[in-house]
Amino acid sequence: MKYVDEFRDGDKARRLAGRIHNEINPDRQYRFMEFCGGHTHAIFRFGVHDLMPENLKFVHGPGCPVCVLPAGRIETAIQLAESEDVILCTYADLMRVPAGKGDSLNRAKARGSDIRMIYSVTDALSLARENPARQVVFFAIGFETTTPPTAAAIRIARSEGLNNFTVFCNHVLTPAAMHHILASGEARIDGILGPSHVSAIIGSFAYADCCRDYQTPLVIAGFEPLDVIQSTLMLVRQVNEGCFEVENQYSRAVSETGNRKAQALMAEIFEPRPTFEWRGLGSVPDSAVQIRPAYAAFDAEQRFSMQAAQTADIKGCICPAVLRGVSDPVDCKLFATACTPEEPKGACMVSSEGACAAYYSYGRHRAEMGKA
Amino acid sequence: MSKLNIKSGLVEMAHGSGGRVSAVLIEELFVRHLGNELLSQGNDASAFEVPAGRMVISTDAHVVSPLFFPGGDIGSLSVHGTINDVVTSGAKPLCLSASFILEEGFPLAELEKIVLSMAEASSLAGVPIATGDTKVVERGKGDGVFISTTGIGLVPAGIHISGDRAEPGDAIISSGYIGDHGIAILSSRQGLEFGTQIQSDSAALHELVADMVEAVPDIHCLRDPTRGGLATTLNELCKQSSVGMQIREVDIAVRAEVRGACELLGLDPLYIANEGKMVCICSQKDADKLISVMQGHPLGRDATIIGEVVVDERQLVVMQTSFGGQRVVDWLAGEQLPRIC
Repeated sequence: MKYVDEFRDGDKARRLAGRIHNEINPDRQYRFMEFCGGHTHAIFRFGVHDLMPENLKFVHGPGCPVCVLPAGRIETAIQLAESEDVILCTYADLMRVPAGKGDSLNRAKARGSDIRMIYSVTDALSLARENPARQVVFFAIGFETTTPPTAAAIRIARSEGLNNFTVFCNHVLTPAAMHHILASGEARIDGILGPSHVSAIIGSFAYADCCRDYQTPLVIAGFEPLDVIQSTLMLVRQVNEGCFEVENQYSRAVSETGNRKAQALMAEIFEPRPTFEWRGLGSVPDSAVQIRPAYAAFDAEQRFSMQAAQTADIKGCICPAVLRGVSDPVDCKLFATACTPEEPKGACMVSSEGACAAYYSYGRHRAEMGKA
Repeated sequence: MSKLNIKSGLVEMAHGSGGRVSAVLIEELFVRHLGNELLSQGNDASAFEVPAGRMVISTDAHVVSPLFFPGGDIGSLSVHGTINDVVTSGAKPLCLSASFILEEGFPLAELEKIVLSMAEASSLAGVPIATGDTKVVERGKGDGVFISTTGIGLVPAGIHISGDRAEPGDAIISSGYIGDHGIAILSSRQGLEFGTQIQSDSAALHELVADMVEAVPDIHCLRDPTRGGLATTLNELCKQSSVGMQIREVDIAVRAEVRGACELLGLDPLYIANEGKMVCICSQKDADKLISVMQGHPLGRDATIIGEVVVDERQLVVMQTSFGGQRVVDWLAGEQLPRIC
């Protein structure tokens, strides 16, 4: 398969990994956070860490959209679906994420709420057109990658006069989360494998402050396994040379300034939220967006009386620490016992981009040997 | 007795009433197309002679959406699916039953297409539909047509194929390209239509299996990797036989189009359904003979050895990736869903 196989070549991977082994300083540890769940998935699916030296460790970051959404927001959405005659639609993985008390969107659907899985926000627009007598609410989540499509949908809805379409906005911003993690210092990170698809939108300049303020190198890395290994080599070199720059390995998709058209679209529809609650990170200032007053008619939080729900964390679940890069999934007492992909207790066990699900599904032979 | 308006008529509640209207539907649609000696007996129960030996029985409900897809439809699928389940025991399939649950308002013309497709599949396979039933549910309470089929088969003497017989050292064989059926279905599903050349692999595997059993009577396990795909089938066999498996990604045949569609949708071909493939486990000494017999049949042309059974108390399927690493190939958790970004 063109443009994919080239980036999964095992021989090239071993050669690149050989360079990492040659250049790495055996007297120190290298802790690199892969920010995105896409990287975590690639590392486990292809067994990238089998090729890495012992003293190089990948620390998993918070870049999994369903993982960082606090359970309270899901509960709010369930309450909306159960109290009003709405069609609530959202992307797939979110359907299974545990809300409080063992509930989930899937379970609310089974109880009779009209909750639908869609593949694209344009499906939500189609639903609104096909059901003019009903309210269609799109439960929007994700980083800057999924934000422009939501913005486009709101603009289309306004131009078509689709008055029965609203968005429950939960879009979050990557650089703010990165600042938050680096500022705390608790994950002891020596370098970051930077987001790939997010960076295609916001551009590589967006991380310059982070690198400078926390003296931490960042390499924007594609999601294919060779991308990850090459970016890791670039990070090793920066660490060895004492550099802390933004470098762009994923130059086939990411530019310095990003996608200006998408940025303009986001700025037209959304404005910064003063603060937003993240699972794991807590309240992070300026880390999310909300719909501008000019588009309030398409804001589900304005249209409906939505109750902010607070949900206590699941007892024993260490998802918050995993999302901050402080703990590994195997450190959790619930991992592979009470918490499995079939019966997830924490959000990180749901999506294949979640660190716990990646460990469980792809790395259990390793995890159980204590070598994860 | 009134005639059935197949061209523009719709399924009505009366078609399931058991009265005269039902009788017309059965006569003009089902018996007309599926008719055979057993069905023509016209009794509530069809009678036939039972040969001596071990019999097997298997049942399968078919609820596919859409009903018509590239390479097949629910009619042929309901015949192939159950024949394939019967032959996983090494049996020769003898006959099938078919139960239809029809939704009020379903076009009779489409129902006829489905029944014709069943008739063709059943006659090509030489496995008659011996008995049937029709029920109608109100509009909105079904999804057009559901078909449940049950099959009976006769196991040749001396054959004992079972999911608990995989032994460490055994070879694991896959009969060909995986994922075609699931991707063909997804490509035509409402809301997700994408252009592809992929056709469902839906096919009856009784001849292929008969050749295999004749060549190697001591086949240990056979299973058709339908829902949940190859990954789920291998995990089922590991659990049933209390063993582990080591497989090699490079030896598992996946078409470029299937890989491409999976990449786009964030799916893994190992978990995509097949309807014309067989996974076979046998002694290492029989593997080459079996592969050559399989490759001699059109439905097993691309058969390969994809790995070995190993000792593993954890009963894991571990795959050597083509990239050079190792990973677990786990059970499917819930539905396999596209990733978000």
